[in-house]
Amino acid sequence: MKIRVQSDDFDLAAELAGFGQAANTGATVTFTGLVRDDTGVLDHLEIEHYPGMCERAISKIAEDAAERWSLTDCLVIHRYGKLHVGEQIMMVATAGRHRVEAFEAAEYLMDYLKSRAPFWKKEISRDGTVAQWVSAKDSDEDALTRW
Amino acid sequence: MIDVVYFAWVRERIGLPSEQIETTAETVMDLVTELKAREERYDLAFADLESLRVAVDQELVDFDAPLAGVREVAFFPPMTGG
Repeated sequence: MKIRVQSDDFDLAAELAGFGQAANTGATVTFTGLVRDDTGVLDHLEIEHYPGMCERAISKIAEDAAERWSLTDCLVIHRYGKLHVGEQIMMVATAGRHRVEAFEAAEYLMDYLKSRAPFWKKEISRDGTVAQWVSAKDSDEDALTRW
Repeated sequence: MIDVVYFAWVRERIGLPSEQIETTAETVMDLVTELKAREERYDLAFADLESLRVAVDQELVDFDAPLAGVREVAFFPPMTGG
């Protein structure tokens, strides 16, 4: 299991090169989150984080997932700082014996990272006049109840 | 002495990322009441506790959590990771 919180970008191919190598791995799933512009005016996100607590919270979420789905490997990378439209924000990779475990664990990780990992996104518009914090959605909190 | 840390719009409203506070507050809620009485910016930041989350020593807790032996309290809005 590997957890990284960093401002630098990551190389998906390089990260996956040594991932899920255990002989009993039958499936790997990866998810990558990107900075999306819905309105046509977004320039970048500023992602604030709580150093220390981020690593602790993500480790706990990943340990829970690893145990519940008997994962053979698990990787979470989450970035912070200034991220422009199209840039990678984060990734999760899960490896399990079968695809169901790998898919479900990846969804679980994403649901929990959204509302239990201490990151906050602020949207900055292209002309610099609008800077607003992204609010948490009720649907994100509701998503946790299915687990 | 407790380290009090603020993030996102809570940090912006209070105008500080962190501060050390000498307090006899027994719970997080007592500390909030103490801070609100200080200055208007604190009162504004803590106006709606429903829209705030709190962590003690980097673990999420409820506002009635005790502060005995706690080194760091953090206040922030609901998280938006992922």
